[in-house]
Amino acid sequence: MQKGWLSRISILAPYAWLAAFFLAPFLIVVKISLSQSAIAQPPYLPVFDPRAGWDGLRDFLGGLSPDSYASIAADPLYLWSYLKSLMIAGVSTALLLLIGYPVAYALARAPRRLQGVLVLLVVLPFWTSFLIRVYAWMNILQHDGLLNQALIALRLIDQPVSWLATDYAVYLGIVYSYFPFMVLPLYAALERLDPSLLEAAADLGCPPWRAFFTVTVPLSLPGIVAGALLCFIPITGEFVIPDLLGSSTTSMIGQTLWLEFFGNRDWPVASALAVVLLALLVTPIVMVRQREARQLEQA
Amino acid sequence: MAALVSFERITKRFGDFTAVDGVSLDIEDGEFFALLGPSGCGKTTLLRLLAGFEQPNEGRVILGGTDLTGVPPYRRPVNMMFQSYALFPHMTVAGNVAFGLKQDGLPRPEIAARVEEMLALVQLSHLAARKPDQLSGGQRQRVALARSLAKRPKVLLLDEPLAALDRKLREETRFELKAVQQKLKTTFVIVTHDQDEAMTVADRIAVMDRGRLAQVGAPAEVYQRPASRWVAGFVGDVNLIEARVSEVYPSFVTLAREGLKLRVTPSAALAPGASAALALRPEKVEIAHAQPEGSAENGAAGVVAEIGYLGAMSLFRIELDIGLALKAAVMNGTAARAIHVKDRVWVSWAADAGVLLAE
Amino acid sequence: MRRFGPLNLTALALGLAFLYLPIAVLVVNSFNDSRLVTLWGGASLRWYRALAEDAAMLEAASVSLRVAFLSASAATVLGTLAALALTRGGRFRGRLLFSGMIYAPLVMPEVITGLSLLLLFVAFEIDRGFWTVTIAHTTLTLCFVTVVVQSRLVTFDRSLEEAAMDLGCPPLRTFFSVTLPLIWPAVASGWMLAFALSLDDLVIASFVTGPGATTLPIRIYSEVRLGVKPEINAICTIMIALVAVGLIAASLLTKRKGAQASLGVRL
Repeated sequence: MQKGWLSRISILAPYAWLAAFFLAPFLIVVKISLSQSAIAQPPYLPVFDPRAGWDGLRDFLGGLSPDSYASIAADPLYLWSYLKSLMIAGVSTALLLLIGYPVAYALARAPRRLQGVLVLLVVLPFWTSFLIRVYAWMNILQHDGLLNQALIALRLIDQPVSWLATDYAVYLGIVYSYFPFMVLPLYAALERLDPSLLEAAADLGCPPWRAFFTVTVPLSLPGIVAGALLCFIPITGEFVIPDLLGSSTTSMIGQTLWLEFFGNRDWPVASALAVVLLALLVTPIVMVRQREARQLEQA
Repeated sequence: MAALVSFERITKRFGDFTAVDGVSLDIEDGEFFALLGPSGCGKTTLLRLLAGFEQPNEGRVILGGTDLTGVPPYRRPVNMMFQSYALFPHMTVAGNVAFGLKQDGLPRPEIAARVEEMLALVQLSHLAARKPDQLSGGQRQRVALARSLAKRPKVLLLDEPLAALDRKLREETRFELKAVQQKLKTTFVIVTHDQDEAMTVADRIAVMDRGRLAQVGAPAEVYQRPASRWVAGFVGDVNLIEARVSEVYPSFVTLAREGLKLRVTPSAALAPGASAALALRPEKVEIAHAQPEGSAENGAAGVVAEIGYLGAMSLFRIELDIGLALKAAVMNGTAARAIHVKDRVWVSWAADAGVLLAE
Repeated sequence: MRRFGPLNLTALALGLAFLYLPIAVLVVNSFNDSRLVTLWGGASLRWYRALAEDAAMLEAASVSLRVAFLSASAATVLGTLAALALTRGGRFRGRLLFSGMIYAPLVMPEVITGLSLLLLFVAFEIDRGFWTVTIAHTTLTLCFVTVVVQSRLVTFDRSLEEAAMDLGCPPLRTFFSVTLPLIWPAVASGWMLAFALSLDDLVIASFVTGPGATTLPIRIYSEVRLGVKPEINAICTIMIALVAVGLIAASLLTKRKGAQASLGVRL
C-alpha cells in the first residue's frame, strides 16, 4: 500500500491511544507495586514529581522498595489464592472443553443453511449482559430457587440444599459465562475440516469413532488451543462470578486483588498481586507461541 | 519521433527476487503492444510499473516526455483493465463506467454522454442499470473495458484480459479488442502468456524471460527470425537441429553433424568449427516417400512414429535414422493422407527455411 | 455429506437448553406478581412499574447508554484503523508491540486492566467520572473491533482499490467510496460488539468511575449483592429483549451480504 499519510495515521492513531491507555498504565502498575502504602491521597509513596528535577528522581528511586512482593511471598494466603485460581481455571477449562466440543461438533455438522441461525442462537446469550446471566443463575441456585424445587419434585433430596456460596456454583457460573469463548473457536476449526479426509479414513477401513479420535480431534487442535487460552487466562482473574456465586473461602485472586485495593486501600500490594498474576499468565501464551514458531520452522 | 512510453533500464526487486532486470523498452504511440512470456518472467510487474502500482528500484518510466517517477497511479494518464475485472460490486454498470469520470469532476451531462458512448462501443447499452453480479463473464469483461477507456487514457493496460474466457469467446473477443484499438487509435499494452493471442492482436511483441527481454519485434519477425533458442522454442513449435559449422561463405553456410549435411542462408555471425542450431518450423519441413534426385543436403531419411490429427492440419513426428526426431506440419489435403505411421519417408527443407542460432 | 444424526441433535439441544434456561427463568420471574420465586403470584407488570419509578436505576441506564455509544464509536474508528494497519501496513517498526497491545485486552483479566487504568488516572490527577469510564471502555473494546474488521479485510479483494486508484481516485477517497461500503457489515458488527461489551462491563467501570457516573452494571451489582430482587429481573428482561431485537435486526440486514461469520466473532 502506498506509504501515504493515510497509512501513517492508520498506524499512529491507535498506536498512540494504546501506548497512552494500555502500555503506560502497566508501567505505572509496576511502579506502584514497588511503592509503599501510605495514608495519603494518593495512598502510596513515593510520588513522582517531575518538577523536582534530578534530586527528585533520585529520591523517587530511593523510595522504591520490593516490600509488597516480600509480603506477598511471606503470606500463604496469597499463594493459596493464586493456586486456587489456577486450579479453578484449569478445571473450568477442562469442563468447557468437555461440554463445548460436542456442541461445536454438532454445529459444524448441521445443515449449511441452518448453521448461521444456530451460531446466532449460541452467541445471543453472550451479547446479553454478563452480570445478568450470573444473576440468572443466582435465581436458580438460591435456597428457594428452581434447582432445589426440581430436585425436591424429583424426590432426589428432601430438604433444599445450599448451592450458592459453594465452589460448585462458581464452576457452573464460569462454564456458563465462558461457553461461547470455547465453542466459537472450536466451531471455526471444525467447520474448516475437509470432509473428504473422513471419507478417506473410512475408505481405508477406519470405524467412525476411531476416525474421530485419530483424524478430527488432532486436526481441530488449533481450535482447542485457541479456545483453551481464551478461557483459561481470563478465568484466572475472574472476579464477578466467585463474588456473587461463591463464598469468602473461594478466594480467587481477582477477589483478593479487589479486597486489597478497595477494602484495605493497600495499592502497592494490589499492584504487586497484579504484576505477579500477569507474569503467571504470560507463560502459557509464550509457551504456545514458541511451539507455533518451532512448528513453522519445521514446516 | 520519440516513443510514447519509454522504460529506461528498469530494475524491480522484491526482497531477494529480481522481477525485472535492467529492461529498456520503447512503445510507440497508437500501437498494440504485447508483453509475452511464461509466468514469473516479469511482464505483469512491468505493466504495474507503468500503471504506478509499483515503483522501480532503478531506472525510470517516461510517458509522453514526462518522467513518471513518484507519480501515484491516480495521477497518471494511464488506465488498466484488470485480470479479475475488479468491477465495483456495489455500483451499477453505468456507475462503474462513470467512476473515473467522476474523479475528474466533469459536469454530469458530460459524464452521462461519455458513459453512453462507451457502453455503445462495447454493445452493453441495454445493461446500464444492472449490477456486476447479474452479468455473465463476457459481459463483465466488456464493462471493465468500457470503464478503462472512459477517460480516454493515453495508454490502456490490459492484464491477461482474456484468461477467464472459454476458447470460442476468447477468439471472438481478440478481434473485437483489435477493432476497438484501431478505431480509437489508443496505445494498448497487453500482458499475456498465450502466444496465439499475442501474435493475433499485437503490432509488436516483447518476449520476456526471467526479468529480461529476449526479443522485441513484429509477430512475423519473432516467429520467423527468433533471436535465440529459447525464443524459438517458446513462440510456436520448433525443431532445433544442432550441428557444427564447416564453411562460411557470403551467401551460405554449411554445417555438418553425423549423417547430415546442412546448407543454409547465414543469419548469425559464425566461425567455422563453432556449434550452432538450426531452428526449423514444422510447417517448413516437407515429407516425401523417397529421396529426391541429387539432394544430399538439407534432408534425411526416417520413419513416421506418430501422427496428430488437428482438423486443419496434421502434425507428424518422424524418427530419423541419424538419431534425431523431427516434427513436420502438413495441411490436410491429399499429400497428408498418403502418409501413415511406420512409413519410411524422406524429410527435407529449403536452404532459407530456418534460422541459424548461435546461442 | 454432513450427517446430522440424533447424537449431534441431542448435543445441540442440550447445549442450547443449558444456555437459555437461566434466561428463561429470569424473564418469567420478571412477570411474577409474587416477591418469592417459589410462588407464582400471577402475571403482572408490577416490577416494571417499580422500575419506571426508580430514578437511580434509570439514571444509571442513561449513563451506561451514553458511555456505550461514545466508546463504541471511538473504538470502531480506532479499531478499524488498527485493522487496516495490521493487514496493509506490512512489517512496520514496532509491529510486534502493536499487535501485542491490540490482542492483550482480549484475554487479560479485567481486574488488571481496570486497576492499571485507575492508577494512570490517579497519577496524572485526572478526575474520575464519565470520561474516564468512556476512555477505559474504548481501550477495552478497541481490540474486539480490530479482530472483527481484520478478519473481513483479509479476504477483501485489493484489486478493487487498485482499480479505483487507477481511475484517478486518491487513497482517502478510495477508502470511503470503495473499501468502506464493502466492509461495512464487519465494521457495523464491530460497533455492536463494542456497544454490548461497554454496556455489560462491571469490573473496569468500578475501578475507574467517579461520582455521578454510576453505570447500570455497577448499580445492579450493588443491589444484587444483597440478594435476588424482582426489579432486577425486570430490567434484565428489558435488556435481553433490546439485545435480541438488535441482533436479529442486524442479522437480517447483513444476511444478504453473507456476513454471518463476522457476527459470530471469528476468533
